[in-house]
Amino acid sequence: MSFVEVSGLIKRFGPEVAVNGVSLAVEQGDFVTLLGPSGCGKTTTLRCIAGLERPDGGEIRIEGEVVASAERGVCLNPEERNLGMVFQSYAVWPHMTVFDNVAYGLRVRRLGRAKIREKTAKALELVGLGHLAERYATKLSGGQRQRVALARAIVYNPRVVLFDEPLSNLDAKLREQMRIELSRLQHDVGITSIYVTHDQTEALVMSDRVVVMNRGVIQQVGDPYSIYAQPANAFVAGFIGVANLLEGTLLGRDGGLCEVEIPTGGAQPPLRLRAAGGESASAGQRIILSLRPEDIALHLSRPGDSANVMEGEVIDTVYLGNFLDCQVRVGAHEVGVQIDHYEHLAPRQRVYLTFRPDHGLCLTE
Amino acid sequence: MDRTDSAPRYLEVNGLVKYFGNDRAVDGISFGVDKGKFLTLLGPSGCGKTTTLMCIAGLHKPDAGEIGVGGTPFTSVAGRVFLPPERRDIGMVFQSYAIWPHMTVTQNVAYPLEIRKMDKAETGERVAEALRLVGLSDMAGKLATQLSGGQQQRAALARAIVFRPRLLLFDEPLSNLDLKLREQMRVELKRIQHEVGITSVYVTHDQAEALVMSDEIIVMSKGRIQQRGGPHDIYARPANRYVSNFIGVANLIEGRIARVSGPGRGEIEVSQGGQRVLLPCVLGEGLSDGSPAVLSVRPENVEALRDPDGGGPRLEGEVLQTIFLGNCLDCRVRWGDFEFKVLAPSRDRLRPGERVYLRLDPEHTLAVQP
Repeated sequence: MSFVEVSGLIKRFGPEVAVNGVSLAVEQGDFVTLLGPSGCGKTTTLRCIAGLERPDGGEIRIEGEVVASAERGVCLNPEERNLGMVFQSYAVWPHMTVFDNVAYGLRVRRLGRAKIREKTAKALELVGLGHLAERYATKLSGGQRQRVALARAIVYNPRVVLFDEPLSNLDAKLREQMRIELSRLQHDVGITSIYVTHDQTEALVMSDRVVVMNRGVIQQVGDPYSIYAQPANAFVAGFIGVANLLEGTLLGRDGGLCEVEIPTGGAQPPLRLRAAGGESASAGQRIILSLRPEDIALHLSRPGDSANVMEGEVIDTVYLGNFLDCQVRVGAHEVGVQIDHYEHLAPRQRVYLTFRPDHGLCLTE
Repeated sequence: MDRTDSAPRYLEVNGLVKYFGNDRAVDGISFGVDKGKFLTLLGPSGCGKTTTLMCIAGLHKPDAGEIGVGGTPFTSVAGRVFLPPERRDIGMVFQSYAIWPHMTVTQNVAYPLEIRKMDKAETGERVAEALRLVGLSDMAGKLATQLSGGQQQRAALARAIVFRPRLLLFDEPLSNLDLKLREQMRVELKRIQHEVGITSVYVTHDQAEALVMSDEIIVMSKGRIQQRGGPHDIYARPANRYVSNFIGVANLIEGRIARVSGPGRGEIEVSQGGQRVLLPCVLGEGLSDGSPAVLSVRPENVEALRDPDGGGPRLEGEVLQTIFLGNCLDCRVRWGDFEFKVLAPSRDRLRPGERVYLRLDPEHTLAVQP
């Protein structure tokens, strides 16, 4: 049995089904991220785990204990679940010291003085703020305040820490830095974490596993690399990273590879391309070919030996220093290509795009 | 882009000096911009970029030097010339949108034409055209206060281009917008500038903005020009340590030129924590045998190989950290006591603790002045 088990979770708001049969398992010590656009049900799922929402169907278990079950009419209060929470507005009290901020919850719970001192000191030590215990919260950097918020969440020795977009109020630079710090901290402390975000980079950088959601339903569960490299469907491919999604028809299969036909629109003949994936599709069925911009090579003259060639013309380029982003018109499609070296490309210039068959992926919707 | 001849350029700035008290904010800089081009003055705060822009606008009086546009002298300290700002025919876009809250978008954009007493029919035409260019045609009747930050900045841009000025000046116009909008506006602003073809000088501290938008970049520090060139020249061939560090990310290690092997080619010797290596490199200007130099190589030009074989020197190191960003893997690799930043393809799937051999692309390994 997993440390946290959610099975068949359903939550409605009026006629709207916010969470529609979500099942997921989180192992002890894991960092699992619920990722999706706003309205996908990720926050509602988290709030059901926290005990802030009462599920309409399904069950939630933590360490085997049923904390919510619609069938049995069980729904423990948040404080009975022994969970820690870190929210977007981390609400660190400015008029209190770091120590008092972290000890606050323990005092409310009327723990003994010695116990409070011991637990608070330990939590501060874990997040690396032991030496700043007597400092006022106003004198802290944004990153340090985030650590105070985390210390406050773990001071009760919760079984799981729940995070609701904790970094989204920070500016871009600090956010980038905090992603790495927070995931390092989480691994050092070894606490089981469930993290909600709409920011795909955050999910890729921080998580052991990512749960991609859309419209209340889980689309895919996997480690960051497999979510990125083997998206289960067109939604995941488009939501995580940048993907060119070209609609076409599966012609047939040759060895492990699909033969696909992509109409170009207009007078040009359709493209015949070979790519991986497409296991669930049969010949004649509509598929979507997903191509990552960094997996496409750009040539100035027609390559002789490559099979997967798409002829097109440059629309425009954006030079970013380490990459050159280039938009290429291929028939009626606009294909984004990311080149890792500099190339002088003029608008309307003729170019040839190629990709390795095993780097293209056929998806269904 | 490099012009050594002295043919006059559309905008010419010569020997510009500006003091604030004892502080030499602009320290004798000269540059030119060709007609229709987009020039960016790039540098940290206090580098003199905004002061230079203000001198061009006529909002600051320089202490020395000359400024002229299309043959018209704007300023000549020696010649006692100072054209007042309102007679320079310049469009400006600032960080604060500075559009009138009590006026509609149309009224705001029409304002510069009314001052110039243009007739109604032509005003209407020009305003409609400017709004179309910036993508605000649907918002013409809205009050300025009903616009989002990005839309207000578009309105400010429409107002700056509507009277077809000789020059457009931009002072960090995107810095109040959030990241996503900023990224989108960069590309769009560039497109609009290209379409109207008005010579532009753009001030920013944001290097990505400068790379994406400019025909030419001038990197400034402490009132002086550090380097000028096209975005790719500046990024790929930084003139010195300062530029290399300010634009993009670079691995910088102090070393010494061990050998000059040909024109612009040589070997640099670097050592870190007991490790020592000779690396073939491209030599920057002013470097000769034995001179102290800084090795500069971008993370995307360092390969982390699991196998040391193949020609050329390899730096043996250990992967300390990997950050998966989707399209690439941002790695830290320890060599001696130096931490290399390496951008590896995601498909390599490097892991912390792995032993790797770094190969620095000799075409993109630079030795620059310290």
